[in-house]
This record gives sequence, C-alpha cells and structure tokens, in this order.
Amino acid sequence: MYLRRYFPVFCLLFLVILVQVGLTALKLEFYMTQLTMSAYYTLVALGLTLLMGYAGQVSMGHGGFFAIGGYAAAVLATVGFASWVSLPAAILITGLVALLIGIPVLRLRGHYLAMATLAFGIIVLRILLGTNLFGGADGLSDIPAFRLFAGLAITGRKALRVQNYYIAWGLVLVGLLTGINLVHSRVGRALRAIHGNEDAAAAMGVDVARFKLATFVLSALYAGVGGACLAFFNGGIGPGEAGVMKSVRYVALVAAGGMGSLWGTLAVSTALTFLSLRGAFGVYDDAVFGAILVGIMLFAPEGVFSLLARRNRPGNAQ
Amino acid sequence: MRATQLLQYLLAGIATGSVYAVVAIGFTVVYNATGIINFAQGEFLMLGGMIAISLAPVMPLPAAIAVAVLATGAAGVLLQIVFLSWLKNPAVLRMIIITIGLSILVREAGLHIWDEKVHALPFFSGDETSSLAVLGARISPQVLWVLVISACMVVGLTLFFRSTLLGKAMRACASNPTAARLCGIRASTVVTLSFFLAAAMGALAGCAVSPLTQTQYDMGSSLAVKGFTCAVLGGLGSVPAAVAAGLVVGVLETASVSVLPLAYKDVVALGILLLILVLKPQGLFARRPVAQARAGG
Repeated sequence: MYLRRYFPVFCLLFLVILVQVGLTALKLEFYMTQLTMSAYYTLVALGLTLLMGYAGQVSMGHGGFFAIGGYAAAVLATVGFASWVSLPAAILITGLVALLIGIPVLRLRGHYLAMATLAFGIIVLRILLGTNLFGGADGLSDIPAFRLFAGLAITGRKALRVQNYYIAWGLVLVGLLTGINLVHSRVGRALRAIHGNEDAAAAMGVDVARFKLATFVLSALYAGVGGACLAFFNGGIGPGEAGVMKSVRYVALVAAGGMGSLWGTLAVSTALTFLSLRGAFGVYDDAVFGAILVGIMLFAPEGVFSLLARRNRPGNAQ
Repeated sequence: MRATQLLQYLLAGIATGSVYAVVAIGFTVVYNATGIINFAQGEFLMLGGMIAISLAPVMPLPAAIAVAVLATGAAGVLLQIVFLSWLKNPAVLRMIIITIGLSILVREAGLHIWDEKVHALPFFSGDETSSLAVLGARISPQVLWVLVISACMVVGLTLFFRSTLLGKAMRACASNPTAARLCGIRASTVVTLSFFLAAAMGALAGCAVSPLTQTQYDMGSSLAVKGFTCAVLGGLGSVPAAVAAGLVVGVLETASVSVLPLAYKDVVALGILLLILVLKPQGLFARRPVAQARAGG
C-alpha cells in the first residue's frame, strides 16, 4: 500500500533528475530557469488543489497570498534581516493573513466565497500599488539572494542554476508528499466528506469550520513559500502577482488537472506554466488560460486526463 | 466639513453608486432567471464603453451609444447561447469557474480588439471643465447624465417587470420555473432575455460613466465585485433594494477619499464590501436568507 502510494513520487524524483541530466548533456541548461520558476508556481497550484479539490472551497485570491509571501520576504531581506529570518517570517505572515481572512470568509459558500476571495486579491493588489514601501507599480527589485549555507543560495545566478532547479523541485516534492499524506489521512477523509456535503459531514462529527480553515491556511502557506522563493530566485517581484488574472490562472491549472488530483495539477501546471514562461502563447497568454478554464469546465469538468481515461474504458461511455 | 463640500461628496457618491446599482441589477436579473451569478457582468460595462468609443468618431454620440448597447446585448446573448444554455443542472462551482473564464475571455478580447490604454467617451454635454451649480456645490453635468440614465433604467426595468407580459413571464420564471413552464412560458427565452437585459444595461452604464472614470479593458473585475456586493446587500432579487445598496456603497466609497489617500479608495470600498458580505450575507432588506436558500445547495 505504501509502495503504491509513494512509487509515483520516486518516479517523479527520477524524472526530475533525468530532465536535469538530459538538459545538461544537450547543453540546454537555460530551460532550467523556467522549469525552476514553474516549480514555484506549481507549488501554489498544488496548495489550491487541496483547498478546491478536497475541501471543495474556491479561492479566487491565491495570487494575493503568493504576493504577500513574496513581498514580505523581499522587504525583510532588503531591510537587512538574515535569510533564515526573512523566509520563515514571510511564510508566517502569509499564514497569519490567511488565518485572519479565512475565519470570516470561509463562513461563506459558493458565489459568496468566490467573490469575497476575489475582493481579497484586489485589495492586496491595490495596497501593493498604492504603498511606497512596496515600490508601487514597479514592484521591488535587487532583493538579496537567500543564502541556505555557504556556497548555496536561492538566486537567479547562472552558476547556481542546477542547484536552484533541485531546490525548487525538492520543494515541490515536499509539497506533493505533504499533500498525498494529508489526503490519505483522517483529515483527508474529513475534507472529502465536507466536499460531498457540508451538513452531512457536520452531522457525522466533522468540525467543518476548523478543517476548512486549516486547509485554507495550508494552501495559503504553499502560495507563500512559492512567492517568497520566487522573489529570491528572480531577485524581484511585481504587483502583477496579486492580479486577478494570476489568481484565475491557478484556478485554471487546478481545474484542468482534474479539480482534485495532485498529480493532474502537477502535470498540467508544470507544462502550461513552463510554456507560458517561455512565451509560447505570445500576447494571448491570459486568453489561453481563460479559454482553458472555459473549455475544461464545459467539456471535461473532471480534468484533461478524464478524456483519456474515458476512451480507455469503453464500459464507462455515456 | 462644510455643507457644500458634503453635498459635493454626496452627489459624486450617488453617481458612482448608481453605476454599482446597475451592475447589481444585472447580477439580479440573471440570477433570478438562472440561479447563476454571472462573473462577466462587469465586462459588459467595458465592452459597451469601448464599442461606443470606437464608433463615436464616425457617427453621432447617441447613435454610437445605441449601437454599443445593442451590440453588447447581443454579445451577452451569444455568451449565454454558446456557453451556458446547454448545461443541465451544473454544479455551482462549475458555473462560477465557467463565468469567470468567460469574463477573462471578454476582457482579453477587449485587450486585443482595442488596447491596454485608457479611453474615454466625450462628455455628453459640455466638456471636462464645465460644471453646474447645485445648491452651491459644483458638479460636472456628466454626473447628472449618469444619474438620469441610471434612474431611467431602473424605472424602465421596474415598469417592464410590472406591466409587460414578457416582464411578468420573467418574474414567474424567477419565483417558480416549473409552474411557469406549465403555464406555457418558454424558460429558455426568458434566460436569454435576461442575459440581453443585463448586458445591454451594463453597456449603457459603461457609456454613461466613461467620460468620468474612463474605460479600460481590465475595469470589469473590481466593478463586478462591488456590484455583486450591492446585489447581495440588496438581497439578490429586488431591483429597488439593489439601487439603495448601490447608493450606500457609492457614497461610503467617495467619502473615504476625504479620510484616506486616493490610492486606497478601492481598498476601503472592497474592505467595506467584504465586511458586508461576511456580516450581512442575507442582505439589508431581504426577508429570507438568500445565501442559504440558493448558494448553499
């Protein structure tokens, strides 16, 4: 049972190494920069998968949490705090904000929750744009690198490209393992019960409000880690990260991945974010994500992989 | 604060609020007919404003606005027929995501058909420097235009719902779709019509405020959030309540500028709105708790 659960994780680890070796051998190392960045965005999508897919709560404001993590880390590091202070502090701040927002907002359901989280994202964006400390529309730049220990740092420097690729994907693996274990635990079963029917779950003794809040905060922490690390990696962060479009993007990735599949989200998010960062969609970048959102939800609400699965199982045809 | 200054804020707030009220009415009309919150509602204002701005140089302003309103109404109908009409009993989360996706598509269409710049319609009468004296306060004539147009829309819509056969059919569908169908009302027509009304009214409001607040491709989402909150505050169902809620929110938002920096105007407005959503999800004027009645299912 454990072998079955963790076998795919080992495969992923193997794949991560294989890609690195392959890219280095083919002298295509520059791809690793975008792969590192897409790993951090994927972390956000994984956290949102837990919230949307398992707890069944929508968040249209995860870009806001990403930005809070990133800006907090950037400001603290720039002010001169040590690396090992600024990153945990940034993650803590993100978690605290999520807690404070989550307590009132998660009492809402459906459209109300979607609108409230959308409003939260816009509020973060406006504060970032209107405050000098956060650099207004230009954002923050020249953020010092995050020194793990001598010789190793989260930075965009060419010399540490391979190391940063492994740091980023290591974090994704940790996030994935956390998610998988959570899903298979008592908490995961409680969350699925909530997703199925909140009132029934409550009647069965599930503390609905507490589980929803805990998942909300956890998924915000994923976003905070992603934001903080990407800010260190890029050496800068802009207010656009909190924009509505960014938040919608994470929702699109989760939806396309199957709305409750960590592996589906991982695959879709890595592929699409990588292509987007390479500029494959050109000026139609946002439009592509909008189209994916509509297309998936209209024709394959179980995610892109359900289309393949349906074809393989003829007995399952409608 | 002097009395004239107060009046000035009040009038500006009412003008802003009347636009939110129109967005809120758009939400309400579609929600009544379908149970769907159409997240693309804010985009209709952008679309209407942009089309009118493009047409204004080649035809008289009223004609440009009329074409923009009809075209946006048609776009609303198109969205409904192509994307939404054939879904049978979709889950709430699915509808939320689809309409959000549609709002992104409309917005991106706006970006690529026009551009990312800020545009504006010419003032309906006078220009940006002309002002009217109202009881000692000085306001732009455009503010009056916004007020008059919004008021006409609200009155017109109320009359339509009260006195015409089609309007009565729409109300029948809202209160009991099955009974309405048994009486021979074609539910699909009512739904399509509701999207037309919501889109066309949004477009007209988008034209009316364009000279004051400008039109930009990404203006829709914050308008949608504010309009939605007004709709919720008004109990999601009643047009006059949505108007009252819109005015309250507009005046509060405008008044916040006198206390806090302008950059935080939206923060204050959206913060108030979040509070309202959390504290009064059943609305200020509603008799039954809407949040549980429909979204909870």
